[in-house]
Amino acid sequence: MKYFLIIFLLFSLSLKATTIHVGKKHAIKSVKRGITLAKAGDTLIVHGGWYKEGNIIIDKKIVFLGKDLPVLDGEKKHEVLSIHADSVVVDGFKVIRSAYATITDPCGIKVYNKSHVLIQNNVLDDNFFGIYLQNSQNCIIKNNTLKAYGKEEQKLGNGIHCWKSKDILIIANRIDGHRDGIYFEFVTNSVIWRNIANNNIRYGLHFMFSNDDAYITNVFKNNGAGVAVMFTKNVKMFNNYFEENWGDSAYGLLLKEISDSYIFNNRFARNTSGIYMEGTSRIKVEKNSFESNGWGMKIQASCMENEIVNNNFLKNTFDISTNGSLVLNTFNANYWDKYEGYDLDKDGMGDVPYHPLSLFAVLTENTPSAMLLYRSFMITLLDKSEKVLPSITPDNFVDNKPLMKSLPL
Amino acid sequence: MNRIIKIILSDIIRNKIVLAYTLILSILSWSSFALEDNSSKGLLTILNVILFTVPLVSILFATIYLYNSAEFIELLLSQPIKRRKIWLSLFFGLSTAMVFAFFIGAGIPLLVNSPDSIGFMMLLNGCLISVIFVALAFLSSILTRDKAKGIGLAIMIWLYFALLFDGMVLFLLFQLAEYPIENMMVGITAFSPIDLARIQILLHLDVSAMMGYTGAIFKDFFGTSVGLIVSFVLLSLWAIIPFFISMRKFNKKDL
Amino acid sequence: MIEIKELQKKFGKFEVLKNINLSCKKGECIALIGPNGCGKTTLIKSVLGMVLPDSGTIHFNGNSVLGEYLYREKIGYMPQIGRYPDNMTIGQIIEMIKKIRNSSDDLDEDLLHAFELEKMFDKQMRTLSGGTTQKVSAVLAFLFNPDVLILDEPTAGLDPLAAEVLKEKIIKEKEKGKLILITSHLLSELDDLITEIIFMQEGKVHFHQKVEELKTTTGEEKISKAIAKILKNKQNEPNH
Repeated sequence: MKYFLIIFLLFSLSLKATTIHVGKKHAIKSVKRGITLAKAGDTLIVHGGWYKEGNIIIDKKIVFLGKDLPVLDGEKKHEVLSIHADSVVVDGFKVIRSAYATITDPCGIKVYNKSHVLIQNNVLDDNFFGIYLQNSQNCIIKNNTLKAYGKEEQKLGNGIHCWKSKDILIIANRIDGHRDGIYFEFVTNSVIWRNIANNNIRYGLHFMFSNDDAYITNVFKNNGAGVAVMFTKNVKMFNNYFEENWGDSAYGLLLKEISDSYIFNNRFARNTSGIYMEGTSRIKVEKNSFESNGWGMKIQASCMENEIVNNNFLKNTFDISTNGSLVLNTFNANYWDKYEGYDLDKDGMGDVPYHPLSLFAVLTENTPSAMLLYRSFMITLLDKSEKVLPSITPDNFVDNKPLMKSLPL
Repeated sequence: MNRIIKIILSDIIRNKIVLAYTLILSILSWSSFALEDNSSKGLLTILNVILFTVPLVSILFATIYLYNSAEFIELLLSQPIKRRKIWLSLFFGLSTAMVFAFFIGAGIPLLVNSPDSIGFMMLLNGCLISVIFVALAFLSSILTRDKAKGIGLAIMIWLYFALLFDGMVLFLLFQLAEYPIENMMVGITAFSPIDLARIQILLHLDVSAMMGYTGAIFKDFFGTSVGLIVSFVLLSLWAIIPFFISMRKFNKKDL
Repeated sequence: MIEIKELQKKFGKFEVLKNINLSCKKGECIALIGPNGCGKTTLIKSVLGMVLPDSGTIHFNGNSVLGEYLYREKIGYMPQIGRYPDNMTIGQIIEMIKKIRNSSDDLDEDLLHAFELEKMFDKQMRTLSGGTTQKVSAVLAFLFNPDVLILDEPTAGLDPLAAEVLKEKIIKEKEKGKLILITSHLLSELDDLITEIIFMQEGKVHFHQKVEELKTTTGEEKISKAIAKILKNKQNEPNH
């Protein structure tokens, strides 16, 4: 009976809703005119073509559908699409050339204080900000492709920008060349899943004051830095790829003032630093792979009660580095390819504890140009003797049960 | 010239030390590559071989060989051959032998296990280091007639470049840590062929670290094609200049 | 054939050759004699270009030898102590020198047969006795039919039989009109070969005379005695 009612309701709705076509070959040529004509619940189909109509405002609950990828051109003067209604669907548009302004932040597509908006299958090209959710709830951003071309941080906006929102889903988008690929500020209870953020000038993904979120199976490659998580707690980071984030202060993952989070099964490869931690506490780093990074993890002395367990450290120049002598974090059962101990009782754990912090990592932290001497015979000797008799490196910086074999991650 | 090089080469190749050197290099390389499922240990082993073993063996073997072939040189000198030709042939013969030994012992496992820019760079630098230290051996053996002194000098030269030079640089680095000395440091590396080779390899082996702040200084210079050319020119000079000096001395030497 | 003028050489502070003037002509067999360390070998090596003189000139067939090397094609040199690469065999050494010379002329392998070295062709040099090594040196010196033969103590270390063979060979070559320069301190051995004598002492040429002249002026039959007499006379001279 219940189902019947729902079906009946849907049926009656569809009866009421009409479909309006906009396009060269149709009676209505203008998108704006189409929106004016539409009623809540209607579907507006925009056919392929080039529409230069300034700022298009959607102020009623409609399905806004592009067919054959119609182009909405902001001509670098306008915000292209502004959504001022709940439950709007925007699907299949190519949104290009939004204006550039520092105060109003004009966007390709912007949602103003609404909920249940679905933005999918769009292409955004050369916009200041890409997709902007302002104070919105229960929105989905899915399958969009965003690209920007600026060179300077100041002249670029973020790809997907969410501010003061909650219950957001960001799925399978591709963001390239923006300032931050995805930016979260005061966003809670949201999920970022299967996105690819490459070549962004600042961060692939940027969290500020955004608690209780998760990002899963994303790829962050060749950004200024992969992901920055700042002033936040309870973030879950699973199955992501952080690759080739190279540069002076480039990190795969930058953690600053965050707590109670879980970093699981990620892959950090060929970054200048895999993870950089500052003022971080109660974080568990488990089953991640750190491979061919300059520094696997940089753990500043301000970090405490973090657990680093069951990770693989392979081919990194330095596995771990720190700036102080205070160690309040625990390392346990990681695999270190530089470990040279033995396992007589055959339990898979080395019988000799491993000190992952090399003397030279400490030296370069203080005197960066010492890097010049890295891997010289002299330095190798010093490092070896330091391993036997730790004098400069803190001796409680230790993995007591290093694994003999790398974990299959 | 070719005839003499051929004669010298065939003599060196039959030398048991060169054979043993090749064999040890190849056992070391293959086993260190086979030991781990990733190539990093093998690469590090070969890096240490290039920075440590290759210079030592090249300079020692070449010095001893030169002293031992004093008779041979005398014999050749009584024949209608230019002095310059004899010395050049010895140099080419010895360099070729050492490069070959390195190539067969370490180069082939390198190319098989790491056929990328790292492997290629290591191979190139290993060969250059071989030649450079053969040239230094020519210098040390021409400077003194006494075999024991000559070998001692060769060991000192090796020790200086393999260890003492870096020690001095390290000392300097910490003495002058307060000053902006990065550029000066780049210049200082030119004074040691081992350091030049090491940094070239480092830029490929530890590319991620070199992209960061600490390595960026060196990346900015050595990583550019100009820096690459400059450092290879410098490395070549390290082979050419010692040999040239030794050649001038040899031309004036009484036998 | 070989003209040496005002040749001087110092090893460090030690003057080995002091103002040497010599002229050696074709067809002569010259003995270069003198006490140990008088500069014989240095003089020979200067001619060969192995020692570079401090001053003075050496002309070979009218051309200065300084910085030249092709003139050595015309010289066969047998060193005092033949030192050869240890791990080469006799055959290889001879083969190697042939290759280096790359000479199309007929090879003179008389000595090779006379010394029966072919039987030992695959013996390594380091296993050879001093005598056999000398034989190899001799073979190499004569191998290319050179116009000039420079033999540094050729018979030292050779057994009497081999010494005799070598002597005969030297005589034969002399008769062909070659210049032969021999250093030796065993004068008796040279009696029947030589035509001229150069006596050196302390880096100077004491005298350079024909053997006949020497014999007539001193009235001695044996060269050694003749020389001894001259030396005595010279020693007495300052007393007069």
